[in-house]
Amino acid sequence: MIRAVPPLTLLLLLGPVAAGLWGVIRPAFGVLPAAGFAAPSLDPFRALADWPGLGAAVRLSVGVGLLATALSLALVTLICAGWWGTRAFRLLQRLLSPLLSVPHAAAAFGLAFLIAPSGWIARALSPWATGWDRPPDALIVNDPWGLALTAGLVIKEVPFLLLMVLAALPQVRAGERLRLTQVLGYGRMTGWLKAVFPAVYAQIRLPVYVVLAYSMSVVDVAVILGPSTPPPLSVQIVRWIGEPALETRLVAAAGAVLQLALVIGALVAWRLGEVVVARLGCAWAERGGRGRHENPLRRVSLVLGAGSAGAVLAGLAVLTVWSVAGFWGFPAAWPQGVGPANWARHGPGAGSAFGQTALVAGIATALALVLVLGCLQAEARTGRRPGASAMWLLYLPLLVPQTAFLPGLQTFLLGLGADRGVASVILAHLVFVLPYVFLSLADPWRAWDSRQATIAATLGAGPGAVFWRIRLPMLLAPVLTAAAVGLAVSVGQYLPTLLIGGGRVATLTTEAVALASGGDRRAIGVYALAQSAAALLPFALALALPALVWRNRRGLHG
Amino acid sequence: MDRGLKLERLVIRKGAEVLLRMDRAVPPGAVLTVMGPSGSGKSTLLAAITGTLDRAFALEGRILLDGRDITDLPPQARGVGLLFQDALLFPHLSVGGNLAFGLAAGGSRAARRDTVVAALSEVGLEGYAARDPATLSGGQRARVALMRTLLAEPRALLLDEPFSRLDADRRGQVRQLVFDRARARDLPVLLVTHDAEDARAAAGEVVTLSGKLG
Amino acid sequence: MIRPLALAAALLPTLAQAQTDPADWDAVLEAARGQTVYWNAWGGSTTTNDFIAWVGARVAEDHGVILEHVKLTDTADAVTRVLSERQAGQDSGGAIDLIWINGANFAAMKQADLLFGPFAEDLPNWVHVADGPAVRTDFTVPTEGYESPWALAQVVFMYDSADMAPQPSMAAIADWAAQNPGRFTYPQPPDFLGLTFLKQALVELTPDPALLAQAPTDASYEVATAPLWDYLEDLTPNLWRQGRAYPATGPAQLQLIADQEIDLAISFSPGEASAAIANGQLPDTVRTFVLAGGTIGNASFVAIPYNASAPEGAMVVANFLLSPEAQLRAQDPAVLGYGTVLDMTKLPEDDAAGFAALDLGIATLPPEALGTPLPEPHPEWMTRIAEDWASRYGTAQ
Repeated sequence: MIRAVPPLTLLLLLGPVAAGLWGVIRPAFGVLPAAGFAAPSLDPFRALADWPGLGAAVRLSVGVGLLATALSLALVTLICAGWWGTRAFRLLQRLLSPLLSVPHAAAAFGLAFLIAPSGWIARALSPWATGWDRPPDALIVNDPWGLALTAGLVIKEVPFLLLMVLAALPQVRAGERLRLTQVLGYGRMTGWLKAVFPAVYAQIRLPVYVVLAYSMSVVDVAVILGPSTPPPLSVQIVRWIGEPALETRLVAAAGAVLQLALVIGALVAWRLGEVVVARLGCAWAERGGRGRHENPLRRVSLVLGAGSAGAVLAGLAVLTVWSVAGFWGFPAAWPQGVGPANWARHGPGAGSAFGQTALVAGIATALALVLVLGCLQAEARTGRRPGASAMWLLYLPLLVPQTAFLPGLQTFLLGLGADRGVASVILAHLVFVLPYVFLSLADPWRAWDSRQATIAATLGAGPGAVFWRIRLPMLLAPVLTAAAVGLAVSVGQYLPTLLIGGGRVATLTTEAVALASGGDRRAIGVYALAQSAAALLPFALALALPALVWRNRRGLHG
Repeated sequence: MDRGLKLERLVIRKGAEVLLRMDRAVPPGAVLTVMGPSGSGKSTLLAAITGTLDRAFALEGRILLDGRDITDLPPQARGVGLLFQDALLFPHLSVGGNLAFGLAAGGSRAARRDTVVAALSEVGLEGYAARDPATLSGGQRARVALMRTLLAEPRALLLDEPFSRLDADRRGQVRQLVFDRARARDLPVLLVTHDAEDARAAAGEVVTLSGKLG
Repeated sequence: MIRPLALAAALLPTLAQAQTDPADWDAVLEAARGQTVYWNAWGGSTTTNDFIAWVGARVAEDHGVILEHVKLTDTADAVTRVLSERQAGQDSGGAIDLIWINGANFAAMKQADLLFGPFAEDLPNWVHVADGPAVRTDFTVPTEGYESPWALAQVVFMYDSADMAPQPSMAAIADWAAQNPGRFTYPQPPDFLGLTFLKQALVELTPDPALLAQAPTDASYEVATAPLWDYLEDLTPNLWRQGRAYPATGPAQLQLIADQEIDLAISFSPGEASAAIANGQLPDTVRTFVLAGGTIGNASFVAIPYNASAPEGAMVVANFLLSPEAQLRAQDPAVLGYGTVLDMTKLPEDDAAGFAALDLGIATLPPEALGTPLPEPHPEWMTRIAEDWASRYGTAQ
């Protein structure tokens, strides 16, 4: 039976992606029989080309995606090169889990409330330092170049890539490599960049591609921080889906196909960029420069890294202040009064959305855990590990842009009469939760000393008893961490909930993003905080529970 | 009845290559010591006997324990006890819990507790039942691991370099204890080691694996 | 595989027949009890969301109807939904039971036969409604009982009296903006309120307003809208952020006023400013004005999709929205500040007294000061203006 789990998992993972892509490609070429369009045509693409905002939307999508990915990768690389193994680095590492779990939308709201001309930073400096008694008429948030959007993506992708790098470092024996360069007289950063980075990058290549695909096609962050005249392509696709005329559904499908092509093109371009950078990097390494003047760059990387982490945390702080604020005019640094009124007003709504969120996230994560544990057990039984191609399959749902296949999945489910329910939303979430749970659990699960299983077996324990009584309890901490990762991923999902839920499944994320258009900072503060709590709480529990359960078992303290 | 552990024309192959051949019997209370450099297949031999041989290997011949053919039985049904060089106590169970895990299911709770307490005092660890295994010294862990194995009432004992991680003065003590307990229970013992001292103390037949046999 | 489908097909007609005749109100009430009504309503305003939650509590208490607010970012989403359900052959048991609707969305649904009804004039509380063009036409489209009114809206301008004085006309607003660049904006079309701003400008600037009552032809469109585009050409560089960004919705403007980013904003609800002052979203120096030539007004309606799962429950909610109790609460500036659709002379004395006693709030103009609302143009004007605006300003960066 356990042998059926890996194929089942692949089906649940890739089935929706395949069905969704099929459901997008057909209408993109004019075929949507349910709506009376039967003859294939290129009209949807012509209509797409006629949309006056297309050029700008495509430029935004590609520009923001490449820039956010390059900046995030560069920042993570410089921080690791400059500070790995130092106290500052360990502090940053400790902030990693909370930073990772803050949902994208909440981080974006926090950033908007900080950097807007009427944001907290301007308030803190006004009027004494700036002379402003009114916010300057400066286009900072929603700027047409997508810089605010890029910044919002960078502050969330930096923790993600940092985690990936941290996981890769032991595998490439980074410590030994670094010591070797230092013995040869290389500076810390130069040595890291020349000897460690190439090996690390080979390990984190797929996560970097995920960041690129995600940044190019994100919807919720783009709605909050991105421009609207025109918006990035992904946001426009979602708008077209929402329009009543059925023809625009075809245009949306054509847009989705274009989005997919753009992502594939950008991935190919990035891959070519890797080759060029590798050439240049090798030449640089062979020139033998030891890097004697790297301290300024080192300090800059720390400032940027701390700034990136600080933006997320200060964003949470300003959300908190808004959630309890009475009237708060510019340029006051603090509201005139604080009180629980906003929570009393929005608390019940946020509470019921919290319930929906927890239901969807809980079931999706539980299913993902069962499937992942099943896959890992099957792997242990058969002794066969998934190869590199299986890793690509696992990453596929994260590489195919959500805007490219979720609209098709919606149509597909509608055809089955199975859309808009909580169950469908859970299955859609599973597609994104599963890979992250697998990636988070596979390494610790495989690293477990299998001699423990041999010992238990010689003591009379069958495979079931070994799993339940030995392996699972010993791996409680990584299992709970994987569960927390899964919950956080589910909590943060916007598009799958919106499209597949058909509006009937209202989670904290869909509610918070819906509030974005209303601009009520108090309500946004309440919802975004509740959303962050929903994602953070599981991480706190994942840390606290094993510590509590195994408080008298030193052997299990990481 | 044909008591003891019998390895009957055992051949382990990896692909076309023969890793080792063995045709021996270990009578109850006796020790067979298998020596050889690393890579000579010592651990593979033990895995074959416990039933945890990797799929990459092919096994021919029969393994008989007290006359019963256990070659194709799952590991938990073989009645073979095993000690590694690490004690490998389950870190999430107490010392007593580890011992109770080895004890066959059944019996009243009080009876099980008494058995565990008695086993601990047999190796000089009275009052250690509630302790966290992580707080024990290396020698203490080795003794708990031994008793955990013995409480499962195996009909043979396999030792995979069980003393190599202990410091020199403990090593003799623990080694003596293991051999004494095994002899007291009349168990056939198969010791895998690369330490000549171990082989001498075992005072039994010694087989030396030379590495890859043609 | 085939058998369950056949079974479902056999069941469908019975479900469809379960719809009760709206005229038999007792039967409607009986069928409604225990039904869950999914009300798809724009969810961008927290005050409206609170009001809908209150309605839910009241209909649950009185009639055992469970109301779920499906918060939309755009009412068109609901129209799409019903449309795709029909495409998928789902002619009953649909996802939507009630839609907050008017204008182009109503016209689209009515034309495509996607609405249940007529039912509105069979609602018991219809007797109190101020009957007239405001509730019988919706953007010049006859309602014919396919939607039930629940609030009146009229354009007013909210301004911060600490920073500016009321302006008498659209032209004056443009002049003021030229002298105070960056202090005015409007929600980005196709947002409903943003389009309303464009229509308000159109109505005032167009050479022959009578053209607007008919669907536009290419020629009439050209002539009628030319002054509007000239106006925007002048105004846009003086807008907040030079017109390179716009607030997403009407309520987003409130935050901009509170942040001192802008001083002037359009509203479709005479009481909105007072309500926002009451809950701390606006400074208490904000007041409202209407233009000397009058401002556009219309009614908000609720409609029921033809394939609603709970049409009876939806009718019960629509009827409750017309009750003096709900109308009084909606008009209270501390709650919503929406105009009532009821005729005071048709109400029992106690109820009428309740309306008379209502403190409309510090920023709300008295009803007589609002003047007679100007009619909305035919919905097709809005559709074409929205497209034109998008290509001129919405995608221009």
